[in-house]
Amino acid sequence: MARMTYAEAARQAIAEAMRADPRVWCVGEDLGRGGVFGQYRGLAEEFGPERVSDAPISEAAIMGAAFGAAMVGTRPVVEMRFADFALCATDELVNQIAKARFMFGGQSRAPMVIRQPMGMWRSSAAQHSQSLEAWYAHIPGLVVAVPATPQDNYSMMRAAIAADDPVVYLEHKDLWAMEGEVDPAAPFAFGQARHRCQGDDITIVAWSKTANHAEEAAGILAAEGIGAHVIDLRSLWPWDRAAVLESVGRTGRLLVAHEAVQVAGFGAEVVAAVTERAFGALKAPPRRLGAPRTLIPYAPNLEERLRVTPRMIADAAREMLA
Amino acid sequence: MRETNRDIGRSLALLTMMERIRAFERQAELAATRDRLVLGAIHLSYGQEAVAAGVMHALRRDDLLLSTHRGHGHTLAKGADPAAMMKELLGRAGGCCGGKGGSMHIADFGVGMLGANGVVAANITIGAGAAHGIRLLGDDRIVVDIFGDGAINRGPFLEGLNWAAVFSLPVLFVCEDNEWSATTRTARMTAGAGAAARARAIGIEAETVDGADVEAVADLAAELVARVRRDRRPAFLHARTWRAGGHTYFDPAAYRDSAEAEARAREGDPIERQRARLAAAGIAAAELDAIRAGAMAEMEAALAAAAAAPFPPAAAAFSDVQDIGSPAGEAY
Repeated sequence: MARMTYAEAARQAIAEAMRADPRVWCVGEDLGRGGVFGQYRGLAEEFGPERVSDAPISEAAIMGAAFGAAMVGTRPVVEMRFADFALCATDELVNQIAKARFMFGGQSRAPMVIRQPMGMWRSSAAQHSQSLEAWYAHIPGLVVAVPATPQDNYSMMRAAIAADDPVVYLEHKDLWAMEGEVDPAAPFAFGQARHRCQGDDITIVAWSKTANHAEEAAGILAAEGIGAHVIDLRSLWPWDRAAVLESVGRTGRLLVAHEAVQVAGFGAEVVAAVTERAFGALKAPPRRLGAPRTLIPYAPNLEERLRVTPRMIADAAREMLA
Repeated sequence: MRETNRDIGRSLALLTMMERIRAFERQAELAATRDRLVLGAIHLSYGQEAVAAGVMHALRRDDLLLSTHRGHGHTLAKGADPAAMMKELLGRAGGCCGGKGGSMHIADFGVGMLGANGVVAANITIGAGAAHGIRLLGDDRIVVDIFGDGAINRGPFLEGLNWAAVFSLPVLFVCEDNEWSATTRTARMTAGAGAAARARAIGIEAETVDGADVEAVADLAAELVARVRRDRRPAFLHARTWRAGGHTYFDPAAYRDSAEAEARAREGDPIERQRARLAAAGIAAAELDAIRAGAMAEMEAALAAAAAAPFPPAAAAFSDVQDIGSPAGEAY
């Protein structure tokens, strides 16, 4: 066990994977100097510029070239800098990487980790703040990772690098400095949620930074005598439907919270799956909390209006129990 | 005399490959139009066979190839089995891709063919990346990355060539310039001096060749492939050719001047040119005809085998999607 930040946890996971497997390498803009958020600090010094490779500002080429290198047997960690910029490489990710194994009848694999720092941070406005995880959950062939804690950013990065599938790895920019204990031996498997806290009155499902808010909201509710079962999905494909169904079977109430726009967000999938399979268990209509369907503004007071906060989660839960 | 015999041997091999490509595509076209067994779009390379035959002749079996939606010829010339290719076109079990890709996604990793691509220019960055992977692995293979003239107007052309140049990667880019971007004349939609000039602007040595002359293509490809393998940096081959047919097999190409199209196809037919060259070198017409008949028989057999093959098992719709969260376990 060691105490470290969310950024450092992933950095250590990558360094350990690179020490263990010479096929693992990293590529993206500004990696030589440690990455735009310092999340690659020291790696170029240890592994050299070939394995921690700078890149031109060519998202399509970073994604496409890393895919080509993956097809011949290397295991790239691809840095997109901001999730928003990965949209410049959408053809490479969605039409090529996600489909190659299937289209080529199983002849190829794309063992890649595609890091896309996402989410609202601080006055970064509409092109540097988005949460687009639902888009990727919609694409067959991709694994979608949304770690919320240092422990999970370590364990999930190790699992993502070890995977033979392409993993869209969405780290929340507002969590880089978050500190926590990390046990390198902690088990992890994609599709297994983390139970943040137990409770029998309501099930709260969240992921990424909003899972931390949900845990905080559960603390507020506990002080009022309300037991909230908080499920951090950790990955959206695959997602731990069994854990959610089991919990709602006990609580009869489902609240899903996420930072992304609520309309057609992944919360809709969670609510739909529960409604289809556990309708009889529901004691109240399921509810979603997400951003309104507007663009992320620059001004701090406007940006604040789009955030889903612990207080909002607690309020919604209370209303559902009323 | 021995030297001459070797040259004749290469010339015959090049003709044989071109005849096989044409015969394969004639059978594929018949499978589509006569038999209604090819249901998706196929893009034929009539008139462009010299590029496939000449470039692939310069490669080793373990060298890598990435190609386009018009990639039957490249794939066959890289060494793929025509029966497996034809099964793929018919969507059958035993196809190169198990019937799951079809003509536009044909691939045979066993012969280094890493895939045709349904998206114009997408293979340019991927091919540069395959060369990047070779560089990281440290072996002496090279990559040939083929695209059409339409591809030079997409961003991946710039991004992929720049990538290959700055990382000094062993890739030969081949622009197979048939003058048509789907159904639009490329020249009308392309500024500047064309493919080779754009490559040179990025610092990549570029050569242009008459793509209807298979000997010239093979000579230049051999030189460039040797250079790429030795120097471990990219090169660019611009092959000027002519698409004899439409964009797809069902495109009558009514948008172009038929007199010009017919004249260009006749003058630029690489197979007739090579036959004439070999006849002038003393090869008997009967031998040349036998090559053609052999190719046709081979591809008729390939089509018969494909037509007799079963469709893929239903479970294949859910296999090879992903290991983690695979739909094979439970189709959501």
